[in-house]
Amino acid sequence: MVEPLLELRGVNKSFGVVHVLHDVDFAVYPGQVTALVGDNGAGKSTLVKIVAGIYGRDSGDYHFEGKKVEVHGPRDVAALGVEVVYQDLALCDNLDIVENMFLGREETTRFGLDEVAMETRARETLASLSVRTVKSVRQSVASLSGGQRQTVAIAKAVLWNSKVVLLDEPTAALGVAQTRQVLDLVRRLADRGLGVVLISHNMGDVLEVADRITALYLGRVAADVSAKDVNHSQIVELITAGRSGDLGIADPATATV
Amino acid sequence: MSTDTDTASAPSPAAGGFDNDNRQAGSIADSARDYVNRLRGGDMGSLPAILGLVVLVVIFASLNDRFLTTYNMANLVVQASAIIVLAMGIVFVLLLGEIDLSAGVAGGACATITALMLIDYDWTWWMATLAGVAFGAVIGLAIGSLVSFLGIPSFVVTLAFFLGLQAVPLKLIGSGGSLRFNDPVLRGLSIKNVPVTAGWVAAVVIVVAFAALSLWRYRSLSAKGLIHPPIALVVIRIAVLAVIVLGLTALLNANRSPNPIFDISGIPWAAPVVIALLLFWTYVLTKTRFGRHLYAVGGNAEAARRAGINVLRVRIMAFVICTGMAALAGLLSASYTGKVSPGSGGSNTLLYAVAAAVIGGTSLFGGRGRALDAVIGGLVIATISNGLGLLNQAAYINFVVTGSVLLLAASVDAISRRRRSSAGV
Ligand SMILES: Nc1ncnc2c1ncn2[C@@H]1O[C@H](COP(=O)(O)OP(=O)(O)O)[C@@H](O)[C@H]1O
Ligand SMILES: [Mg+2]
Repeated sequence: MVEPLLELRGVNKSFGVVHVLHDVDFAVYPGQVTALVGDNGAGKSTLVKIVAGIYGRDSGDYHFEGKKVEVHGPRDVAALGVEVVYQDLALCDNLDIVENMFLGREETTRFGLDEVAMETRARETLASLSVRTVKSVRQSVASLSGGQRQTVAIAKAVLWNSKVVLLDEPTAALGVAQTRQVLDLVRRLADRGLGVVLISHNMGDVLEVADRITALYLGRVAADVSAKDVNHSQIVELITAGRSGDLGIADPATATV
Repeated sequence: MSTDTDTASAPSPAAGGFDNDNRQAGSIADSARDYVNRLRGGDMGSLPAILGLVVLVVIFASLNDRFLTTYNMANLVVQASAIIVLAMGIVFVLLLGEIDLSAGVAGGACATITALMLIDYDWTWWMATLAGVAFGAVIGLAIGSLVSFLGIPSFVVTLAFFLGLQAVPLKLIGSGGSLRFNDPVLRGLSIKNVPVTAGWVAAVVIVVAFAALSLWRYRSLSAKGLIHPPIALVVIRIAVLAVIVLGLTALLNANRSPNPIFDISGIPWAAPVVIALLLFWTYVLTKTRFGRHLYAVGGNAEAARRAGINVLRVRIMAFVICTGMAALAGLLSASYTGKVSPGSGGSNTLLYAVAAAVIGGTSLFGGRGRALDAVIGGLVIATISNGLGLLNQAAYINFVVTGSVLLLAASVDAISRRRRSSAGV
């Protein structure tokens, strides 16, 4: 088994009296898509935000490329090469694709913004992801479809030679064809050697692109398995009951929030 | 369709492109079509303002012989300068979807400070100007901090400042009084003109520099295979600028004195001030990271925050720039009238400036606007007020007309915004 690129060990997180994550272990492997599944409120987004450095941890360790690291905010995490594509995209409609991809990290020359370098790099990144759907990199983001926006958000995340990309429900709002495009893109990211985390409620999507599946049940890891070893109904059981056959939490009935 | 093969073939990353990658707007006809599509989609830009300006000039010229005289045109340029500079400041807060209702009276308060420094302390003009602008910047810092840190809507904060700042000139000047504003340099901005030769030289330099920059940019973009407009469009833009700049220079360099005994000619000094500010802020907005971040915060503040942009700082800076520009506008208007009084910057000053920015094409909803919008819209507003003045209309007409124009501009803005969101332009 390859070494995990990013690993959280024994993470606990409470919001006030609500204990949201219990001793969670979570690993992301290079070149693999790790699906993070769980019912609404299971703690998926919270876990992603802890990985992203937006929330701190109450306890537990953060390991990156085999070394224990201290992260104190989104900037530290971005510096490691971890990027997040949020559920609500975070693109500026009034800016074009290049401007969005470089937002907050614009390249400059002595005379100001270096549009040449930015446009060239944006085009290279889109080309390397075999993006087929956008017409021009100077198109305003407002004119893009949902799938194209998701594509831009993902391209933005890989522009920085990132090593880990986390995608929070990237296909939730998309139609069939657009979902197809995004899933292909997710797969290509992993094939490039990135560690990819995919949050999705669609078991078909998960089984199609994921290499590993981590199921959360009431803030606990119910299973961390290879996607080959489970089928559709087993995942659903893990999500809804925290247990399936000999997989899962020993006694889900005692699991409390 | 045998030529149309590359859309069907596989993407070729080796060539550095991707399918359907479109790098130039093809011919001038394509550009024209793009432009019409943008208009249809609600992205009107400055077009309504330019059309409005033409209509207004035709109407006023037909109603009054004196309107189109070069004497009146020069007067209009000076009148417009204060409105334009204030509007240029307002553009920065409008870009964030905020508003500054206090900018007009802030300008009056700043002009009071400058006048006092000139009169009571014998400061030189530039030190006094600096004092006024610094006072404006401090006001902007206070407004921006209250909006950013406490999260009070800018509408409320600046309404409070609108009331509070009127106390400054009232206290320092006393009600009914006024301060003379006759520093040769500052007063000269409105009543003195650039020497004719210097005016021509400057005009030619501007046109040549613009042409050189546009062509150089065109060449470097097309050489590197980046998205660029067709050459015909570049040439048309240069030609339009040349006609406007050289035409105005010719107009203002002609003798416009109504009195045959002496000669008045040359570009009023207020114009180069406006042009310098226009160039500077256009550079800031389009070519710096700060400018890009302003648009980003105005478009989607949360996205900007996640991208690591310091949203609070951007917001505070916008208010600082706005009030700093208001100080300059206050000086220009004191220069025009030759005095500062407790009422300076009150009344419809702010409304004019907001209307100017919005008429010029800056959106009230944030994220869209240019420094140039303030110039175009400011000319429209100044034309209205100048033309109505010549027609000797009662003052109330002026208020009604200006109010209607603001409402009209805001409606155009709101409607085009709706069309944009449905057309996705
Ligand atoms: N900022 C917060 N403050 C308090 N409770 C929160 C906060 N964020 C999430 N929670 C709680 O944590 C639990 C897990 O939420 P979340 O991670 O969003 O779940 P998921 O993304 O799996 O649907 C929920 O019970 C939710 O109410
Ligand atoms: Mg969630």
